[in-house]
Amino acid sequence: MGNTSSMLTQYDIEEVQEHCNNTFSQQEIVSLYQRFCQLDRNSGGFISADEFLSVPEFAVNPLAQRLFRMIDGLNFKEFVAFLSAFSSRATLQHKVEYIFKVYDSDGNGKVAFSDLLDVLRDLTGQFISEQQRELVLTQVLEEAGYKKDSILVLSDFMKILGNSDLKMEVEVPVD
Amino acid sequence: MCYVVNNRPLSHHLNVKMSKLTTSSSELDLDRPNIEDYLPSDSIQQPHTKLRLRDLLDISPTLTEAAGAIVDDSFTRCFKSNPPEPWNWNIYLFPLWCLGVVVRYGILFPLRVLVLTLGWIIFLSCYIPVHVLLKGHDKLRKRLERVLVELICSFFVASWTGVVKYHGPRPCARPKQVFVANHTSMIDFIVLEQMTAFAVIMQKHPGWVGLLQSTILESVGCIWFNRSEAKDREIVARKLREHVEGTDNNPLLIFPEGTCVNNHYTVMFKKGAFELGATVCPIAIKYNKIFVDAFWNSRKQSFTTHLLQLMTSWAVVCDVWYLEPQNMKPGETAIEFAERVRGIISARAGLKMVPWDGYLKYSRPSPKHRESKQQSFAESVLRRLEEK
Repeated sequence: MGNTSSMLTQYDIEEVQEHCNNTFSQQEIVSLYQRFCQLDRNSGGFISADEFLSVPEFAVNPLAQRLFRMIDGLNFKEFVAFLSAFSSRATLQHKVEYIFKVYDSDGNGKVAFSDLLDVLRDLTGQFISEQQRELVLTQVLEEAGYKKDSILVLSDFMKILGNSDLKMEVEVPVD
Repeated sequence: MCYVVNNRPLSHHLNVKMSKLTTSSSELDLDRPNIEDYLPSDSIQQPHTKLRLRDLLDISPTLTEAAGAIVDDSFTRCFKSNPPEPWNWNIYLFPLWCLGVVVRYGILFPLRVLVLTLGWIIFLSCYIPVHVLLKGHDKLRKRLERVLVELICSFFVASWTGVVKYHGPRPCARPKQVFVANHTSMIDFIVLEQMTAFAVIMQKHPGWVGLLQSTILESVGCIWFNRSEAKDREIVARKLREHVEGTDNNPLLIFPEGTCVNNHYTVMFKKGAFELGATVCPIAIKYNKIFVDAFWNSRKQSFTTHLLQLMTSWAVVCDVWYLEPQNMKPGETAIEFAERVRGIISARAGLKMVPWDGYLKYSRPSPKHRESKQQSFAESVLRRLEEK
């Protein structure tokens, strides 16, 4: 897919649709492409750090840095695949996998106590002390049957989050 | 299982921290309007049940907000120039459109350039003598210069076939008052200046615009600022105050948004104009997009290109409403006053209000917003830990 033209061909759309497992309709992909071009101001074919952080609603999000590591330098196809977890057609499995990936920053398939602590720190900032964070985490882990030094894998996440009403949907504006 | 830390139960330590949390929230709220009123707040609803591992692992509300911002956000929408739908797409309309292009570029444009050149000749041949010869008679000179500036602005407006409808009482020069208006393009200034010779506060521009700023606009008493200078704000605030309190100055016009917005939205007003202790007279400007989109997207075009675009379209049609002067209510802060006036202007011109600072075009948002989200989540975690 060339980054010089801002026109998508039918072939391009189908390729992207296949890449994201049909979680977005063709109209949604066209809208996402318009959005991608709008954000990619210097037309480099990917959205850089600066361009993402220039969206204030994104920059004030507590998890922006974490997400940012996952989306930096993505081209359009990967951008759509990244957002596919938020489609209404995405399965619960897909959404839980996505959350797991956010926690598992080094990508080794294992989420340790330190990873849980990192995310909790991003979400609560300076408003809880580090010591309290550890205490809170240890307490809820033990209540759920894990230990402080337990390593969580994807199946654990599926067990904990799997049978819940996980609401993680974003509507792509289609005009 | 009960945790004991230093011989006191865990809950005690957490309770102590809770009281600290409440004091910091009042510090944060002091200087800004409540952004949570504007932003979608249905995502982070904190139920009041006991905290479980699942609640900490489920970061879906925050992730959804982030993804929502990536897909569409209210800030970028303010600066999007929406090109009008092409209507020349079939065999009957296309020749009409071509004819239109010929008329616009071949007939209207040269005529307009002629009108503008004529205007400049008349203006300069009156302005230069007045400026030089009447150096000693300041009052007369100022009065004549004011009339001449209004004249050249009328010529500019004529050069775009501007059809401006003014509603409301005309502004008059009185001390202790400022005029504020929403900002779509630099032509806002010309449209308003045609009716009344305002003194305006503007960003210093390079090129021929800068030249005009330093020569002619100087005579109506304009104030310059530089967005990138930090110390500049205090100097500008002082100059504003001096101007407003002076008895002989032209009425002051301020665009509190600080940047050009696309005439569908208003961004947050800077409080500078609202803490001068003067009456604020709001002015609302709305352009009719059927004729031309007057939004100056300074990232996409230079001012010259923008002017040329206006001169090759059919007309610039807009409405200007001079609204009722407002004073700061007792107990109202400058920011609340600014938001109230923004509401008045947005309601009149049919614009949507967004909670963002226009300068976010040039810089990152302050960490205060993120911190307030973190704070509310932290409070909820601690509160739910206490539940049985």
